[in-house]
Amino acid sequence: MPHRVSADNLSDLVRGVLAGKNRAIARAITLVESASPLRDELLEQLRECAEPASHRADGGSRVIGITGPPGAGKSTLIGELVAVARMAGEKVAVLAVDPSSPFSGGALLGDRLRMDRHGLDPGVYIRSMASRGRTGGLSPSALETVSVLTAAGFGTIIVESVGVGQSEVGILTLADLVLVVLNPGAGDEIQALKAGVMEIGDIYVVNKADYPEAESMVRTLHAAVRESIHAVIEPRVLRTIATAGTGVEALHREIGERLEALNERGELESRRRRRITTALQEIAGDLFSEWVRAWIERHGLTDPQGGVPFGKLRRELAAALETITVREGCMDEEDAK
Amino acid sequence: MSEKTRILIAKPGLDGHDRGAKYIARALRDHGYEVIYTGIRQTPESIVNIAIQEDVQFVGLSLLSGAHNELFPRVVELLRAEGAEDIVVFGGGIIPDYDIPGLKEAGVRAVFPPGTPIAEVVQFIEQCRTGSAQTT
Repeated sequence: MPHRVSADNLSDLVRGVLAGKNRAIARAITLVESASPLRDELLEQLRECAEPASHRADGGSRVIGITGPPGAGKSTLIGELVAVARMAGEKVAVLAVDPSSPFSGGALLGDRLRMDRHGLDPGVYIRSMASRGRTGGLSPSALETVSVLTAAGFGTIIVESVGVGQSEVGILTLADLVLVVLNPGAGDEIQALKAGVMEIGDIYVVNKADYPEAESMVRTLHAAVRESIHAVIEPRVLRTIATAGTGVEALHREIGERLEALNERGELESRRRRRITTALQEIAGDLFSEWVRAWIERHGLTDPQGGVPFGKLRRELAAALETITVREGCMDEEDAK
Repeated sequence: MSEKTRILIAKPGLDGHDRGAKYIARALRDHGYEVIYTGIRQTPESIVNIAIQEDVQFVGLSLLSGAHNELFPRVVELLRAEGAEDIVVFGGGIIPDYDIPGLKEAGVRAVFPPGTPIAEVVQFIEQCRTGSAQTT
């Protein structure tokens, strides 16, 4: 198999992904991460060819997002969660994101070493991904990668964000269900009341529950979730000791029940709509960033007086958008004829 | 660099001395590569499986226990069996000079003993990258 995918062998790649072949899945994800024009062709073909999956009525996979501060035990917990999910017969894919260096652009991706008991299980596919400059805790290609994994037939997809601080809530843009994994001893109840990461969990997991500060953290979280008004269903607070597997079966059960409850209330559907909207906006945002980069190359960063051309850029960008809107209008009219 | 170079740093065998592996992983990160580290005590089978799942172009093996003559060629062999012979395998650790020709013959493309300047490793990686770019 040649290392580079070309227009000629793209259909082989699509077939391989649909058949759940690891090498093809891996290649496809690399392609999705690249800026190759074949990327869009691949995604289109996968969309056209994928059989609606049987594990859920709407043909999708269950996407579980896991976030929390660095060192809270996210990766170790995922390793254990995958083990329980495998016993329940699920095919599981894990997408683990770690940060890229702002200096070299390189990355050290070290999440999967906590999951190494699944190294040879054909029912588990694990992929490490660098954030490549995207803030928010994910990578620019995370959602499109999830669609490749869905096409490959993984019923359960677990996405691990980079270790986050307070405001990186990108995981919301791709998960059916969000787990926030926390470290005992990391702050008092004011921290638990702050906006951002502490609002997005469907389930809050206090990992390392054998640490002395764990109980007070659980109490604080209980109080905080009871008053959360954004949640469709009151979030749960659970304890785990990931290194010993303690509490992981209960967590797996809770995930299943939550997903069902959210589905019954139509919340999964509205989350899905929201995240497709966000994803499309992000794609557009990336394209416009590229447009602006080229614009700067043409116009220079500053004018001769040293001023930054904020107004000029905004006007020209608005004019460009106007042209697109007019052209779209014409196309719609033609469609109507 | 339109497609990022991804490199797996793996520790086969039973020794737990991973300072060298962590050093090279960090150094390659600082040179702009995306590096996946497996952790210690991996079997050749799991290393090959990880290399394929992660779609890496390189696998760097670090070993200090003396089992390199068995484990390094085994990784090369298993990659071939999976049709992944395009993945370049290199090695490091405590490897006696007299073992290096045999390892190269078995398909290990380079061996970097302790004290190798990182620039040499980077140069090797870049040579392989541009070389493969010319052939495909």
